[in-house]
Amino acid sequence: MIQFIVHDEDDSVGVVTVEGLKANDTLSGWIMDQDVLIDIKINQDIPIGHKLAIKDLNEDDTVIKYGVDIGRTISKIAVGDHLHVHNVKTKRW
Amino acid sequence: MINLNQKIYGYRRENNRVGIRNHVIILPVDDISNAACEAVSNNIKGTIALPHPYGRLQFGEDLDLHFRTMIGTGSNPNVAAVVVIGIEPDWTQKIVDGIAATGKPVQGFSIEKKGDIQTIADASKAAYDMVHFATGLQREPCDLSEIWVSTKCGESDTTSGFGSNPTVGNAFDKLYEMDSTLLFGETSEITGGEHLVKARCANDAVAEKFMFMFNRYQDMIERFKTDDLSDSQPTKGNIEGGLTTIEEKALGNIQKIGKKCVVDGVLDKAEMPTGKGLWFMDSSSAAAEMVTLCAASGYVAHLFPTGQGNIIGNPILPVIKVCANPRTVRTMSEHVDVDVTGLLKRDINMDQAGDMLLESLIHTSNGRMTAAEILGHQEFVLTRLYESA
Repeated sequence: MIQFIVHDEDDSVGVVTVEGLKANDTLSGWIMDQDVLIDIKINQDIPIGHKLAIKDLNEDDTVIKYGVDIGRTISKIAVGDHLHVHNVKTKRW
Repeated sequence: MINLNQKIYGYRRENNRVGIRNHVIILPVDDISNAACEAVSNNIKGTIALPHPYGRLQFGEDLDLHFRTMIGTGSNPNVAAVVVIGIEPDWTQKIVDGIAATGKPVQGFSIEKKGDIQTIADASKAAYDMVHFATGLQREPCDLSEIWVSTKCGESDTTSGFGSNPTVGNAFDKLYEMDSTLLFGETSEITGGEHLVKARCANDAVAEKFMFMFNRYQDMIERFKTDDLSDSQPTKGNIEGGLTTIEEKALGNIQKIGKKCVVDGVLDKAEMPTGKGLWFMDSSSAAAEMVTLCAASGYVAHLFPTGQGNIIGNPILPVIKVCANPRTVRTMSEHVDVDVTGLLKRDINMDQAGDMLLESLIHTSNGRMTAAEILGHQEFVLTRLYESA
């Protein structure tokens, strides 16, 4: 069963599509554009709809989703980390 | 595969536009005429009053927008006939004249020198005749391409970008190929993807007008903001649903214009398109405001993807909800018209999801009520540009 989806293999993030996932679960993911499957172990509980990092990111890195810039990191983020408003901010406004 | 060449059954109006609803509306020019309008609508069954809080001492572009919204709402092909009530005769007549250009029955009443009670009696008699007229009209076969279709998403989350928004995009691509008249907007919610919309514009003039509207909205936000808008845009609901930044939200939003549609023209708020194709309308991203503007621009059906479950409806424009979030479909199913949760499980593909939505559009066009209509959602919310004088 698919537990997270990635738009494009060059993206930094995937999105959890099922409920109830816990830290240390290993998830099956689907990269839509390339239609390939990947597995990633998550480091925290991640709610449905929220993002996990699928690439390691440094502080002040650009986060890529849909192949496009969606903001900047404000701390280091490792593969499998929950990625959201606590560690990523807009570059606009 | 769905047959998009099948006839739908709509109401062909005096100006040859096609509606899919047959409302008689009681339209207040201003806030203080709401009570009379609601009294008329209470007296005469089969009418709806559209109360709102504005229409006094507005001026300049904000007043122009008020008139465009009032006239556009009355002119909408989902409306068979209109009673207009205002406190004084001049602005009332201006709105009556604007609606009368469509050829549909419209009558204005003003309250000064008569009072509420006499006005309500006179307007009720007019509304009585209009309900007789409207309910005598028959639906007739029309082409699906005659149904003007708008879109706006709400309470979006990350499933919107994967699922419900590209479902609308797929449907829009198919409607566009049939020469339909389509619309999207939500100017602030393109922030971070404006280069992608600009690249989809039909020519340099359209692209320039789009960027003018985009920059005008950005300037307004820059002028009034007190922080990075992370408490407003994305909304709290968006953030709960996993959207982190306005850029991420915008890229999901833009999925609604599909892969093939070209942006053929750009409209200011509540302006009417002058031809077929896909139009961008400068507009608020707040659901009720945007959908009210779509109705005022002449659109008769609305595709509304949601993630976390926005429950909006409109009094004259049927709003079809499409959702890909399994939690929302489980907990709020009475608000969802089209369930595309299968997309996220790879049970259905985007082409099938788009067809499911188009099938719902055809059913809705033929008269089936949407979830929001059945639940009585009639949010009529006017956009204001600045304070009254």
